[in-house]
Amino acid sequence: MSEHTDPTSAGPDGRDESAEATDDASRLSTAPRTDAEREAAARRGGAAAGGDPAGAGSFGGIREPGLRGGLTWTGREAVGWARWIWRQLTSMRVALILLFLLALATVPGSLIPQEGASPVAAAELRENNPTLASVYDRLQLFDVYSSVWFSAIYLLLFASLIGCILPRAWQFVGQLRGRPPRAPRRLDRMPAYTTWRTEAAPREALVEAERLLRRSRFRVDGSGVPASEDAGAAGGSVAAEKGYLREAGNLVFHVALVVMLIAFAAGALYRSEGGKLVTVGSGFTNTLTQYDDFSSGTLFDVDDLERFTFDLDEFHADFVREGPDLGSARDFRADITYWRDGDTEGTEASVRVNHPLHIGDAKVYLLGHGFAPRVTLVDGQGEVAFSGPVPFIPQDNALSSTGVVKVTDYVGPDGEPDQMAFQGFFNPTFALTAERGPHSTFPDPDFPALTLNAYHGNLGLDSGIPQNVYQLDTRYMEQLTDEDGEPLRINLLPGEEWELPDDRGTLTFEGFDRWATFQVSSSAGNGWALIGAVGAVGGLAASLLIQRRRLWVRATTGADGVTVVEMASLGRSESARVPEELAELALALQPAAPMLPEADASGSDEAEPDAVRPGESDESDGPDEPDEADGPDERAGGDRSDVAGASDRGPGPVPSGDGEGRPGTRSASGTGTAGQPPGGADAEPDDTTPGAATDPEAAPGSRSEDLKE
Amino acid sequence: MLLAADAELADFGKLMIYTAMVVYALAFIAYITEWIFGSRSRVSRTATALTAQGAGATGKGAGDAAADADTADADTDGHDADGADGDSGTADEAPRGPAVTVRKGGTAKVLERPKVVTRSSTPSRDHLPDGPGASGGDGQGDLYGRVAISLTTLAFLLHFGGVITRAIAVGRAPWANMFEFSTAFSAVAVLGFLGFLAAGRKVRWIGLPLVTTVLLDLGLAVTVLHTESDQLPPALQSVWLWIHVGLAIICGAMFYLGMVATVAFLFRDRYESKLAAGGTPGRFASSVLERMPTSVSLDKFAYRINAAIFPLWTFTIIAGAIWAENAWGRYWGWDPKEVWSLITWLGYAAYLHARATAGWRGRKAAYLAIAAFICFLINYYGVNLFANSLHSYSGV
Ligand code: HEM
Repeated sequence: MSEHTDPTSAGPDGRDESAEATDDASRLSTAPRTDAEREAAARRGGAAAGGDPAGAGSFGGIREPGLRGGLTWTGREAVGWARWIWRQLTSMRVALILLFLLALATVPGSLIPQEGASPVAAAELRENNPTLASVYDRLQLFDVYSSVWFSAIYLLLFASLIGCILPRAWQFVGQLRGRPPRAPRRLDRMPAYTTWRTEAAPREALVEAERLLRRSRFRVDGSGVPASEDAGAAGGSVAAEKGYLREAGNLVFHVALVVMLIAFAAGALYRSEGGKLVTVGSGFTNTLTQYDDFSSGTLFDVDDLERFTFDLDEFHADFVREGPDLGSARDFRADITYWRDGDTEGTEASVRVNHPLHIGDAKVYLLGHGFAPRVTLVDGQGEVAFSGPVPFIPQDNALSSTGVVKVTDYVGPDGEPDQMAFQGFFNPTFALTAERGPHSTFPDPDFPALTLNAYHGNLGLDSGIPQNVYQLDTRYMEQLTDEDGEPLRINLLPGEEWELPDDRGTLTFEGFDRWATFQVSSSAGNGWALIGAVGAVGGLAASLLIQRRRLWVRATTGADGVTVVEMASLGRSESARVPEELAELALALQPAAPMLPEADASGSDEAEPDAVRPGESDESDGPDEPDEADGPDERAGGDRSDVAGASDRGPGPVPSGDGEGRPGTRSASGTGTAGQPPGGADAEPDDTTPGAATDPEAAPGSRSEDLKE
Repeated sequence: MLLAADAELADFGKLMIYTAMVVYALAFIAYITEWIFGSRSRVSRTATALTAQGAGATGKGAGDAAADADTADADTDGHDADGADGDSGTADEAPRGPAVTVRKGGTAKVLERPKVVTRSSTPSRDHLPDGPGASGGDGQGDLYGRVAISLTTLAFLLHFGGVITRAIAVGRAPWANMFEFSTAFSAVAVLGFLGFLAAGRKVRWIGLPLVTTVLLDLGLAVTVLHTESDQLPPALQSVWLWIHVGLAIICGAMFYLGMVATVAFLFRDRYESKLAAGGTPGRFASSVLERMPTSVSLDKFAYRINAAIFPLWTFTIIAGAIWAENAWGRYWGWDPKEVWSLITWLGYAAYLHARATAGWRGRKAAYLAIAAFICFLINYYGVNLFANSLHSYSGV
């Protein structure tokens, strides 16, 4: 990659403004050094004779013999390389590459199931394709967004970002404290330029220009205006600048990104999130033990859990009963009563999708809902072995639900303790077809039915392995069968009883309750994330929509004694508004410095249709694009600019991007590389052709260019 | 649930969309006709300008050539040149119409105003004249072009009316499933196009590609993506549906226009490079590309759209994050939709950086912009239809 040897790859402007720094940059980038230097070094340090590159460092100086020499050399090398790496890291090019890499690195996480977002799919993949999964595991592809390589990319990017904003902020402060740069010698080289002759004295024109610019809220440096009428005969100039908010916006935007990153990190470290299924009529207390599942950031302290309890009083679900959306949900609402620590009286509230309930630092979200059939099992001894609601888990949009009733305190007809389980379906609107078996056709309980098989034996609960309450391990259980040995299956309507065979007792389907799942989460850094986000949008808008531009007015007395007024402006990036603004200001200056008719103006001059004139500009172009069709031909009129136009175009036969004086700028378009630098721009080092950038201050339009080359 | 009256209204809205499609199809034919008639004029101003520049030792020659071209521009632009249409475009050279005289007269009056000379940062191609547009200055072609614009406007009104009707019928934002999203999306794209035209931008050439894709998009919407669904799942019932999805539609539509300009830039840039290197592009390429704006104009146009929309896209993502915080208790969960929004965002950020980085400006930046837009499409179609995402509300 070329940037390794690119002598100007030092990074954003300002960082290397001093001659020393520039020198440094070229020195750094020539590592390892040229042969001649190496030879010279080798001659001096005899030890390294024979051209051994180890003898001479990449960063100047030779290795003196002895320990001290070695240490100095090593130190110099280390510092040199560190600085070189830092320069590279904070260069625009590397930032761009990192941005691109980050975008690429983000992709796999959306294609491969992530442990965090979709654990079920991840587990499935692990099971079905263990070889692939182990490769994925090694590459941390199940956890892309917390993987080492992903983190490395974004941390590098942010290091680059910080390395980029600090010097820029510093430089910006300098600009705010300094003055707008003085008018360059050749104003006609600026992207927008105008000139006219007037009878007004130079000083008059300049004083008026200064006033005008101040009124247009430019920052103005009027020190170039002659102090008195006498001194003003030779003329002078006014420099002005506007649109500092662009740079400020850009800085705010990049700083806001850092703020957001920190807020994300804090959020990840201090967050907590837990889920809980609550049946209507029962409640929840916000302590760790009550959660069905819980996860938190490494720095979260469980004692910090907000203290509250709530009861789920009622759950409302509303479904569409006709039309194409039959069965789809229209509204869910959980009515709860909650008590905060120390409350004696509960507060009623409702939680809906999109409308979480805030209790202190915690937020309670409604995530899902379903049915819990209430069953009572009387065992072989006539005792109630189990009674209560058992949540069944919905399998589809019509809430066909599956579940298991596990009964541990059961005593068989023989008086021996036994365990029983009932596995099956709860369907709010029951239907039975050959293909699907029992299922539900509508999510509301229009025709609720419970369909069950029965098992007895060992539930396996004492094995010590945590069991999923919604699944049944039938390995040590025996299914109850009818006389023919067929598994028993029964459909129950609410209130119906099931007399179990062999005097095993009765199961009653009492009815059903609804349940809802809640997520209780507490987060940190949300406020900061929001501030960062708002800052980012605001800064971005300022940085992309505001134009920073410089404007100069010069008035001099020409050879024939008539005053020549010149105005020029320079935008930081190509902008349509800049020439228009110049035209308007030039027009506003007319009362003070009225234009003399151009005696020697040629006809072709007048025929130029595309020159921007105030109020006229949109005749041929859109109002925003006055500069589109304008070519250098425009300046054919005035003799002075004619010269500029000619030299500008250069003698080279190949049109190239080198008009900017930066070879290769547009090399990608295939025109920049072959071209030989046109004479004009390069011939005059103090020229401020946009982009010529011999002096970054004087050529702000090229800021972006000189930064990143 | 729709009441009977609402159902009728919804059907009416759909009828409007179908009618709009017919009118778009007519506009499509008119655009094609414009391009065909336009191919009769064999302007080669780009080559002239580039050759003049090559030979232009004096600079005056180039100036004259470009001035000619500019004159032609004024003619065919269609804004001001009364009577210019008739005589222009018949000759092989750049047409000179009476408009020049008109403008001369006009110029004389404003002579007391100083004239501003402009140069852009890519001076090598600065003086290239923009192409005259699809009609190539051909009178008949221009007529068809105008017909096409009128038809597009009519179709848009029907299309937009269809979207509004839908919104009224279902009593919510008309973009809760892919069918509605697609219809709204193309309506906004056409609105953007007409807006640029109304603002005096020379974007008529976009008409053909735009109407083609609008037809494709609507065709897809009424067939594959079509759903009768009028419900809003509770997860979508939020003001953020208006804000977040509405903005996403606007951003997508505008990014699309930017993308069309970027693709055109790539072709035109290659064409200019070839000419500049002394090559002769194929006749078809010459005929079409000669009538397009210059690479400089196209690049600028695309950049301005992308740069102006990027903050809006940033805000769209943030609005989505706020919504996610409300709905699911976390503002960012690496859901595929979120991931691809981020990728799209990073893509455009890379594009903006590329434009500011030497060696990346021009074609490479253009490729990034196109890649970024493709990410947007993946986010829309790919994630909605194929990914297992909380955001899968395609309704298909
Ligand atoms: C998280 C990573 C970054 C993102 C998302 C990002 C995004 C952006 C965006 C969208 C712009 C366009 C605004 C404009 O053109 O004024 C921009 C401009 C800029 N960025 Fe970044 N940036 C990032 C990192 C960096 C880094 C690491 C650097 C330093 C090397 C940097 C330097 C700049 C500069 C100098 C500009 C101004 C370019 C111009 O005005 O033409 N950015 N950034």
